[in-house]
Amino acid sequence: MVTSGRDAPRPVSAHAPVIVTSPPLLQVRGLVKRYGGHVVAVDRVDIEAYAGEVLGIVGESGSGKSTVLRLLNLEERPDAGEYFFDVPALAGRNLFTLDRMAQRRVRTFDIGIVYQNPHLGLRMRNTSSGNIAERLIVAGERAYRTLRLAAREALAASEFPLDRMDDPPVRLSGGMQQRVQLAKAIALKPKLLLLDEPTTGLDVSVQALVLDTLKRLQRETGVTTIIVSHDLGVIRMLADRVMVMRYGRVVEQGLTDQVLEDPQDAYTQQLVHAKL
Amino acid sequence: MSLLQVNRLSKRFIMHHLRREVMAFDCLTFDVREGEFVLVVGPNGVGKSTLLRCLYRTYLPTSGQAIYHSRYGAIDLACASDVDIVRLRREEIGHVTQFLRVRPRVSAREAVAEPLLAAGLSPIEAGKRASHALDALGLKRELWDAYPTTFSGGEQQKVNLARALIAPRRLVLLDEPTASLDAHARRALVERLAQLKQAGVAIIGVFHHAEDVRGLVDKEIALTADSQRPSEGDGLLTSSIACNGCAGGSGDVAE
Repeated sequence: MVTSGRDAPRPVSAHAPVIVTSPPLLQVRGLVKRYGGHVVAVDRVDIEAYAGEVLGIVGESGSGKSTVLRLLNLEERPDAGEYFFDVPALAGRNLFTLDRMAQRRVRTFDIGIVYQNPHLGLRMRNTSSGNIAERLIVAGERAYRTLRLAAREALAASEFPLDRMDDPPVRLSGGMQQRVQLAKAIALKPKLLLLDEPTTGLDVSVQALVLDTLKRLQRETGVTTIIVSHDLGVIRMLADRVMVMRYGRVVEQGLTDQVLEDPQDAYTQQLVHAKL
Repeated sequence: MSLLQVNRLSKRFIMHHLRREVMAFDCLTFDVREGEFVLVVGPNGVGKSTLLRCLYRTYLPTSGQAIYHSRYGAIDLACASDVDIVRLRREEIGHVTQFLRVRPRVSAREAVAEPLLAAGLSPIEAGKRASHALDALGLKRELWDAYPTTFSGGEQQKVNLARALIAPRRLVLLDEPTASLDAHARRALVERLAQLKQAGVAIIGVFHHAEDVRGLVDKEIALTADSQRPSEGDGLLTSSIACNGCAGGSGDVAE
């Protein structure tokens, strides 16, 4: 009677939306990533994210969730898969097969990312404002005043203390470093914001403040957000929907409260009940 | 006008680690109209809260239908896509749980204002209405800008109710909202519910103190332990919105 959902994962949309009529902003199909020939890090994953929603991806270490995020950020090439973005300039084009320059444009203008490790996202010895200006320079902005203003605006939006905007990240606290990363990620008003364990490793009180900033920014800008975390509490606070990954596959997905309170899959039940 | 038609709705929990299924309720059928106040009654453990959670989709119904007539048209809550449910929760369907769940470091007033901000109101207007809602439920003014995590059960419940009832909704699901409230707050709540009902909002509620809302109740749905079958249960749906067993239902519906 009782069967594991792992054998038959619930399809991406059990039923196509009828109220939300716009197509998803982001559509990924058949994503596969292998390392060293036989290690399958990501195994036939499909993802849909609608404009303005927050999608969570949870799973234990090694489940493939961070790899998915790197693939979505076009940092790595998948072994298979299609990736579509519903914006006029990119309609119908598989982002994975764009040339390097075009991919770089997408990463600059359409996607922002915050890593768990700020070293991956920031030049730790440059000024914080300079880190953000750099992103605008890549986008073609040259005027010092404009760069300065834009950096200030982005830092203010991520609730960074502006009197420290010229300090290098290496001299900032962990919470402030994440705010610099966030400012950099949103400086060019991307369509998609990727968050990889953005508050993991922060003190609980700092974590709460950063989460609050993320929530407010998401509400005010309506940026479509994909957040990866092993922390179910973080996911519950931020995500509308959640995907549960294990061994590179999606074992369950649904509304965040439904997956956390009425998990269908055997593994998800274990995961949810393991939470303190 | 009918707002919600629940048709042979069932919920079973599958507990993998015990290799067991637990029946919550089976084959519920009832109808809710606009402006109607429906009281769900029955002893502990017959699935009253579970029914509300299934309608809100915090729980996934096992089989049956819950046809909700949204502003966008009819949709089966039992199997609607997740993004549609997110939209309906934001715009049309509210759920008041027994417990407040807010992010740490968010003040009572901010927590209450949040659904209004999400609906696009300005922070000033949202803050004003939030203050008014907290005042009406009798939360002490000096607590408005404090963090609810430190509040007593009753105070938290006031924040919870203010937050849940502040934005316009067409269907409100109330799960024991009065359990930890004092008499003043209970009266304020009943007043608010009467207002909502007057405005055409349909309410389905489980109440610890059912006598508080006696005057508002239009219909009772009694869940019973043995058959877990309701007493109200007129006429099966003729509507043919095809969606049967789509929520992963493995069982057949008892006739």
